[in-house]
Amino acid sequence: MSTQVFYFVATLSIIFSLMVIFAKNPIHSVLYLILTFFTFTVHYVLLNAQFLAVVNFIVYMGAIMVLFLFVLMLLNLNKETEPSKSPLIKIVGVIAGGCLIVTLIGSLKAASISSPLILKNPGLGLVENLGKELFGPFLLPFELSSLLLLAAMVGAVLLSKRDEVEA
Amino acid sequence: MENLTTQMAGVPLNHYIYLSAIIFTIGVIGVLTRRNAIVIFMSVELMLNAVNLLLTAFSVHSNDPSGQVFVFFIMALAAAEVAVGLAIIVMVYRNTKSIDINVLNRLKW
Repeated sequence: MSTQVFYFVATLSIIFSLMVIFAKNPIHSVLYLILTFFTFTVHYVLLNAQFLAVVNFIVYMGAIMVLFLFVLMLLNLNKETEPSKSPLIKIVGVIAGGCLIVTLIGSLKAASISSPLILKNPGLGLVENLGKELFGPFLLPFELSSLLLLAAMVGAVLLSKRDEVEA
Repeated sequence: MENLTTQMAGVPLNHYIYLSAIIFTIGVIGVLTRRNAIVIFMSVELMLNAVNLLLTAFSVHSNDPSGQVFVFFIMALAAAEVAVGLAIIVMVYRNTKSIDINVLNRLKW
């Protein structure tokens, strides 16, 4: 029964991500992207990666998508100002993507790994287990990522600030 | 939830790889076919998420928590990337009154 849950949610994520790139209005794109991320959260729950499910829900859907929506509202875009490529470029893009997926799936067929996914350790994705990993062998990357976020914050403020000296 | 996750043994690893490949390809098609800079950014997010899902699936498959730690780092990196990228897009809009990436085609040379 629960494998059917996986296939149902997988279909939903494919449909929603197709809607993201084919929606005309950028606001609709953002909303469909939020739905796609919600289906990804369900995937994480099904994989018993509960910490990642919560982080995906809060950070991606809560913070990053609100940032996207905020910028879209700030720029005041609508359907009329939406630039669109010529149909030729669209067809070529879709064909290129189709070639990519055919290559990927063909190479997977050649590799032929199809062992079913078995959760050997039920506590694998819990906070306790991941915290031990994060503050043990991955302590240096963890601290460096805080530096990265600080640099990104300074960069974002610096870039989006109006230059008052020149103006 | 415990019942649900213990029953999840049936899905083959292949199908997770197929799902991630499809979502990644959708992201690539979005980058290739759209001209709105923000939609291109969202397609990049789709690609990042496909990779995240695949890393988690392999982490569960090989019973190794390192994969999920990498996903955590990718999320931190995506947050930084989105902050800086959206700031650049806002600045481009302020200077050109458009977020059409073809306005910026002189950056190629």
